[in-house]
Amino acid sequence: MSLADLKLRLAQSQGLIIAVVVFVLMFTLYIANHPAGLTVPVVTTAANKAVLLALVSMAQTLPVLTGGLDLSVGMVFVMTNCLASTLVSGSPLEVALGIVVVLLAGAAAGFVNGAIVVYGRLQPIITTLATGAVYYGIALLLRPVPGGEVQEDLADFMTWTVFDTVPTSLLLLLAVVLLVWLPFRNSVVGRGCYAVGSAEGAAYMSGLPVGRSRLAAFTLSGLLAGIAGLMLTFVTFSGEASAPIGGTYTLNSIAAVVIGGTSLYGGAGGAIGSIFGAFILRTIDDLLFVFDLPPLWQPLFQGVVLLGAVSLGAARVFRIRNRLELFN
Amino acid sequence: MAALVKHIDRPVAIAFGFIVLLLLAGSLYSSSFLSANYLLQQLQVAAFLGLIASGVMLVILLGHIDLSIPWLVTVGGMMSTAAAGWWGPEWAIPFGVFCGLVFGIVNGLGVAILRVPSMIFTLGINAVAQGIMVLHTGGFAPQDHATDLMHWLAVERVILGIPNAVFIWAALGIAIVVMLKRTPLGRYIYAIGNQEGATCLSGVNTKLVIISCFAISGMCSALAGVLLAGYSSKGYQAMGDPYLLPAIAAVVLGGTHILGGRGSYLGTIAGVILISLLASILSVMQMPEAGRQIIYGCVIIGMLLVYGRGQKVLG
Repeated sequence: MSLADLKLRLAQSQGLIIAVVVFVLMFTLYIANHPAGLTVPVVTTAANKAVLLALVSMAQTLPVLTGGLDLSVGMVFVMTNCLASTLVSGSPLEVALGIVVVLLAGAAAGFVNGAIVVYGRLQPIITTLATGAVYYGIALLLRPVPGGEVQEDLADFMTWTVFDTVPTSLLLLLAVVLLVWLPFRNSVVGRGCYAVGSAEGAAYMSGLPVGRSRLAAFTLSGLLAGIAGLMLTFVTFSGEASAPIGGTYTLNSIAAVVIGGTSLYGGAGGAIGSIFGAFILRTIDDLLFVFDLPPLWQPLFQGVVLLGAVSLGAARVFRIRNRLELFN
Repeated sequence: MAALVKHIDRPVAIAFGFIVLLLLAGSLYSSSFLSANYLLQQLQVAAFLGLIASGVMLVILLGHIDLSIPWLVTVGGMMSTAAAGWWGPEWAIPFGVFCGLVFGIVNGLGVAILRVPSMIFTLGINAVAQGIMVLHTGGFAPQDHATDLMHWLAVERVILGIPNAVFIWAALGIAIVVMLKRTPLGRYIYAIGNQEGATCLSGVNTKLVIISCFAISGMCSALAGVLLAGYSSKGYQAMGDPYLLPAIAAVVLGGTHILGGRGSYLGTIAGVILISLLASILSVMQMPEAGRQIIYGCVIIGMLLVYGRGQKVLG
């Protein structure tokens, strides 16, 4: 790889690099001020919370890359949580089958979104707004009141550590990156997603599978939200059809995607940035906790940090000389 | 007559047709659906959503979106009751709407000057507004019950048994229609929704137009919050949460294009009534929440598949 190539790569992943640096600084600050310091339980607790949002944010990244937005990821997350709380228990075979069904349900929800967007030619934001209501309704049907159960040994394993050192949830996240995200990004449909997001007309004229890329992005998004829903079941040992949980995760996932350096206009960024965006958002909450900020001030502080973080991109505006570039 | 028909475009006609269909289907279930009292009650509830949707529509016409609705509604409701406690009841409504205006202007500044995508900037403002309201409630223990005037505006029916809230919605609606059809600002809004760059090159102060629309949207949400506080006789946290999605859905069902540049206020009225009526009929039928959500989502998708489809990509 030549020096020019390296420079280009660095410039392209500027958002990701900033997100990683900010996260490392914040997490160091958190650990330094935590009364217990860097111990396995502290890291595992932090990881379990962060991985949930990280998975949902990865799910959000794919539609955003194609230039859309998925307002139903939080509801797919809640729906698969409710489904897992009814299916993932009993004998090992039943558990395995339950997990497969939960993941398929997530993927199916994403596929429906994609099919309506591609074949129905509706805007993603309004499509997922409506399907989100449907998925929430299904979640309520599955679990009218919070409850349910999940195979306890598996849940304990997934929310604890491997060899008492590495949190299992982080390994799950790594596996998802290595087995799902990276192969997808390097495939034809994966590259098609980037192309569709940056210039749909040009992608079509170049013979790229425009429709198939979009459909794949939404389906994979549903699958990732399904993995997150399964993980939530392991963390809480139950299912709950909660509209606030779904709404909060959807909104935080958009913020995480932006903080992770993915453009909301599509075509640039990636799921790894979103993971660090999610980690940053979660660490902010943890920092508020260790610094003993009065609880009344916490929501305002979180809001201001969120607003500040998303406004950072505005630096671009003041560097632009030709004002017409603003409208691109 | 022919001229009138020409002015009503397809989405609006279908939306109104669906409203009639809903009423007929409802009347098969119970004849009270066609009674004047029931219909007026629906209009009263729809008026709150209508106020919010009016502001949201302007922002959507620009090609932007306002996700700060939930907490700006709450700001309107809570700050108006608090102002009544601090300085006397006559300050309640002006101060509530003023707070919405301030947040709306900040939204506009972020979108127009900083050029942060509206989706994410208004989301941030929503979080900040929530933070301020939490601090405000916990730190100052403000008055939370509505003034007599707020209650009167939201609940009473003075003229011909028509709720006062409907008159407020009508007044705001007429003002917005006149603004959209008869003033330069209205034409600039459509122009920006179609081609912002071209509009700016034509010498229009696009930044000012964008800031104005977000400011109006903030005021509309806060005004709805003031009336909602009057309706339930107090302002409380998260009172605006159920209004974001219905407001956007109402605007889009009324034929306004979600990417901006196209849409009419008549459509928004149809969308608001449609959404309110659907919710009401399902709740009268004692449909459980789960079924209500599923039907709600399917109706939106179904109606948009009939008339809201985009162009095929052809290079």
